[in-house]
Amino acid sequence: MSFEPRAAWDAVASSPMFGLALTLLVYQGAIWLFERCGRRPLVNPVLVTMVVIIAILSVTGIAYQTYFDSAKMVHLLLGPATVALAVPLYRQLPSLIRSWPAVLATALIGSAVALISVVASARILGASPAVQLSLAPKSVTTPIAMGISERIGGIPSLTAVLVVLTGVAGAIFGSWVLDRARVRSPSARGLAFGISAHAIGTTRAFQEGETQGAYAGLAIGLAGIVTAILTPLLIGWLTTI
Amino acid sequence: MLGSITVLVICQLAGEAIVRLFNLPLPGPVAGMVVLFLGLMIRGRIPKSLDRVTRGILGNLGLLFVPASVGVMVQTDILAAEAVPITVAVLVSTLLTMVISGVTMQLLDRQARKDKP
Repeated sequence: MSFEPRAAWDAVASSPMFGLALTLLVYQGAIWLFERCGRRPLVNPVLVTMVVIIAILSVTGIAYQTYFDSAKMVHLLLGPATVALAVPLYRQLPSLIRSWPAVLATALIGSAVALISVVASARILGASPAVQLSLAPKSVTTPIAMGISERIGGIPSLTAVLVVLTGVAGAIFGSWVLDRARVRSPSARGLAFGISAHAIGTTRAFQEGETQGAYAGLAIGLAGIVTAILTPLLIGWLTTI
Repeated sequence: MLGSITVLVICQLAGEAIVRLFNLPLPGPVAGMVVLFLGLMIRGRIPKSLDRVTRGILGNLGLLFVPASVGVMVQTDILAAEAVPITVAVLVSTLLTMVISGVTMQLLDRQARKDKP
């Protein structure tokens, strides 16, 4: 028997469970911090986790691909999680039957604004075509956005990052900007969070209240479908006009 | 619990198949969501275990974004080169979308206006 710390570390770092363990540990730490800070939007758990894991990988010299391959289990759950959105959608069925024209119109207008405003402002500010295309589906949830990005010729992995930045921006500034715009109705606030900032915004909407959260969850699905249809139709026009 | 997880995964696969079959401009999981929604309409209620499992997943949605978000570290070249247009476009577009969506819903939906706290 001998003492081999180096070999032990290599075993941990190269384990197929490494990324999973790191992700779960750091995320729970970030949730704890978030609660400790009185749920301040700025201490967004996804943002904190991202920063901490990047720091750990940089210090230890572990490549992103190595981390991602062993954390893929978490990433793959985005698919079933998208399917699971049918449940809050169904739960809102009674109020949805009552207000579906307004909900549908809002999802259409909101998703169109998201798509047009991001591509137009990126173009005006001189972003490259690849970045414009990767930004286009930024307001919808990752599996949908990556699918759209791939279809229109963007960089799906860049889109995945831009989707998270969008969600974090929406979660941090959403409540403030909606207050400023005097949007008080819980269902309207919920839809706004879901349409503009997908699932990360929805987490924030659930913190505002149950109705906000349910409508935000509903909006993720609706905005996802609308954006998946609108983007391929409008993108050619948006990037050449 | 296993049954509910199976339902979610099967719905996703059904979604992937439907998208291919009809050549729809939709990602598979979205079609899968529609499949599950229709299934719930037919069933007429949410099975208890499906309710529990989906609450568990949707309550920790942020976690699922982490592996992709760490990808920032390999996109630093493009993010640094175009930091200004990316940051401004994301911020402006996200907040504009937020306000326009909220205001539109509040204007269109009489019920939403009545819901005012």
